[in-house]
Amino acid sequence: MDQLLQHGLNALMLGGTYALLGIGLTLIFGIMKVVNFTHGELYAFGAYMMYALVMLLGVSFFVALPLAIALGVALGALLELVLLRRLRGADIDTTMLVMIGAWIALQNAEQLAWTGVAKSISTPFPAAPLVIGPVSVAWNRVFVLVVALILIGVTYLLINKTKLGRAMRATFQDRDTAALMGVRIGNIHTATFALGSGLAAAGGALLGPVFVAYPSMGDLAAAKAFAVVILGGLGSIPGATLGGFILALVEELGAGYVSSGYRDAMGFLLIIVILLFRPTGLFARKERVG
Amino acid sequence: MSERAKPILAATWVGFLLSIPFWLDNPYLLHVLIVTGIFIIAAMSLNLLLGYAGQLSLGHVAFFGIGAYASALVSLGFKVTLFPDWVLVVEAKPVWLAMLAGMLAAGASGWFIGRIAFKVRGAYFVIVSISFVEVVRLVAVNWVELTQGPMALNNIPPLEAWGFTFLRKPANYWLVLGVAIASYVLIRRLVYSRAGRAMVALAENEPLATSVGIDVTRYLVLAAVVSATMAGAAGALYAHYVRIVDPDVFLFIYTVTMVIMVITGGKGTLAGPVVGGLIFGLLPEGLRAAAIAPEAQWIVYGVLMVLVVYFLPQGIVPALTKGRG
Amino acid sequence: MSPILRVENLLVRFGGLAAITDMSMEVREGEVLSLIGPNGAGKTTAFNAITGYLAAAKGDVIFLGKNLGGIKTSEIAALGLVRTFQKTSVFGGRSALDNVLIGLHLRARQTPLAILLGFPYVAREEKHLESEAEQVLRFVGLERRKDELASALPYGDQRLLEVAIALAAKPKLLMLDEPVSGMNPSETASFMAKLAEIRALGITVLLVEHDMKMVMGVSDRVVCLSQGRIIADGTPAQIQRDPEVIKAYLGERYRRAVG
Repeated sequence: MDQLLQHGLNALMLGGTYALLGIGLTLIFGIMKVVNFTHGELYAFGAYMMYALVMLLGVSFFVALPLAIALGVALGALLELVLLRRLRGADIDTTMLVMIGAWIALQNAEQLAWTGVAKSISTPFPAAPLVIGPVSVAWNRVFVLVVALILIGVTYLLINKTKLGRAMRATFQDRDTAALMGVRIGNIHTATFALGSGLAAAGGALLGPVFVAYPSMGDLAAAKAFAVVILGGLGSIPGATLGGFILALVEELGAGYVSSGYRDAMGFLLIIVILLFRPTGLFARKERVG
Repeated sequence: MSERAKPILAATWVGFLLSIPFWLDNPYLLHVLIVTGIFIIAAMSLNLLLGYAGQLSLGHVAFFGIGAYASALVSLGFKVTLFPDWVLVVEAKPVWLAMLAGMLAAGASGWFIGRIAFKVRGAYFVIVSISFVEVVRLVAVNWVELTQGPMALNNIPPLEAWGFTFLRKPANYWLVLGVAIASYVLIRRLVYSRAGRAMVALAENEPLATSVGIDVTRYLVLAAVVSATMAGAAGALYAHYVRIVDPDVFLFIYTVTMVIMVITGGKGTLAGPVVGGLIFGLLPEGLRAAAIAPEAQWIVYGVLMVLVVYFLPQGIVPALTKGRG
Repeated sequence: MSPILRVENLLVRFGGLAAITDMSMEVREGEVLSLIGPNGAGKTTAFNAITGYLAAAKGDVIFLGKNLGGIKTSEIAALGLVRTFQKTSVFGGRSALDNVLIGLHLRARQTPLAILLGFPYVAREEKHLESEAEQVLRFVGLERRKDELASALPYGDQRLLEVAIALAAKPKLLMLDEPVSGMNPSETASFMAKLAEIRALGITVLLVEHDMKMVMGVSDRVVCLSQGRIIADGTPAQIQRDPEVIKAYLGERYRRAVG
């Protein structure tokens, strides 16, 4: 029972980050219909920015975090403007290929810049874990969960309570009508991609200090993000949130009770099985985003 | 190009390719050509699924790797515990039989993917295909009893046929060339037939295609099975030439390489994957000679891919033939 | 004349609404039947439900004595029921000849294995199919454009190509969804003549159409659909005078005005 509780706690932290990754991707996937292969690279970017800011420039941890996220937003906006604008209206294969090209270029640029050696990022939290009865949890993991939940809440409010969010939801539902009603689709796309990328960078900025930063860390993160999108249904923030936590729980339990080597396979197997039975995702709600 | 000239040009080209081991003294370059040839076979098979049947499959290297592993395992013999108390023992078999087993295993996974492609569409299928490869890769890494995991299967025997051992490079070159030509012919036959038309029709306008009686499942599965079997053959060739196979053969980067070859060469054309394969098989050597770091190489590929998509969206071959048209 | 197609109590839900409510009609062998009705009446939905593109919530569709419930669209075509689409639907990236060759799919017998192994009968059949495709193109008057890209054809010719593709599949019942929409009067007139030729080949035709001149000119019978229900069924002359039909198209006030 204690072990179960411990697994559950571990899953919470991972789940929060998976949810962030998934929400970012589901918005991009849902609103822009783009299979965003660069999502993992933004995650890695967030982690590396934390490294650069905290370890190389000596910036305070709590200042570096929002800064790293902001940089992620900026990179996302840049990518959209440079790469995707021209492809408005192109079919899904074309954008997919451009995204793959960008992913390759980005990951190898990161490898060139930081070399393959894993980088660790120090945090200001006490090393001794917080002990609550039979279970213990490290302080930095608690921090990750809290920040993740805050970011999820902020995103939800952004999508559902602001004018920008309303425009994004309209674009998701019916792009042509939204355009006719005065929504600047180009700006919405840039905003969506920037937001999604920022969330991915946030995931990396949060988890980087917990584990380490290395160039191909984005690949696994991207795969988890896709699994979460499938679980939660396209365009659904609550779905992606729930999906993130479910995936983390399945992984933790699988690793604990079945085999740790296959931990990462859990997500993939889950995707395949779900899509076999529900070809558009578990909680697919085609009508609205938010 | 006149119809009369085409067979002569083809024969000249094939003759030239056949002659290469006689005058190319550099064993390293010959090795590069062999590996490029293997990749071209894989790219041609991907072209059938991606270019003609319109399926966004990004898991193609799974078929390649399954063919490689299955062939290697059958030729080495293996022992694996499937359930407690039940051990499966397969004695080492002749390599030609192992290669057929590899192709069969790959074809079977192609059947599985084909059936999924029917149910799961568009971007979701992309995700399923990527997930499939990752699962297979993780199995290869973790099921150590069967695959030796990251320690790799080595000492894989070379092909022996008609009393001849394909050990040295020239022999392997001709073997790969032969399989490549056969693959090209097979795809050509398929494309210029009722089955090929059905696949293209489904990719272009599915409701219209079904309205004249084209069965979606049947042709998607056919495309996937033929494509996977061919990729499995390429994998088997690889296994018995390089004679070492490890789970890295399933890395996503190899699928990307095949996709780049097909897209830049020209998807949905017969010559496209060949042209793309030659470019992206030989380009790394050119870049390496210019002493460019491998990461920089990949950055070049990435940028090249983006540029091709922007400026030559149909690929190189259609851009060239359109001018002549 | 026996019914080649029977629709019985069809109920079709579409996007939460009942698009077709309790529709019953029959198409008799050898006739040309037109399905008319104001916009949004459900005509294309009816087409989609009959040919398997939409699932009906209730009711039966019986073609040549066989219940089509749950059968794949491609199998329905194999039974001899072929439909065209309201929005121009061709294989745009292929030549006109290739388009018709695709339509001839069911008429060819090449198996995948024979194709891959290069059996000689495959090449023979391909030649045979090519000449058949040319024949079909000649029938609709497009033989001179056989090598042109379908998407580059002028609009009227694209619509003819659509019919050619459907004819290639050797239908017993041909369902045409607004075949002359967007055509000019002379194109419409020559299409009407073509319809007579199609009918002379023994093909039964079910037509959805708005062009009243065409409907009255070619049809043996007319069925009127309004708001998902059949409101009239008879000869063209009867339909023209039917007060329900007039009301559906023009509204209550006109009916009262006409008396």
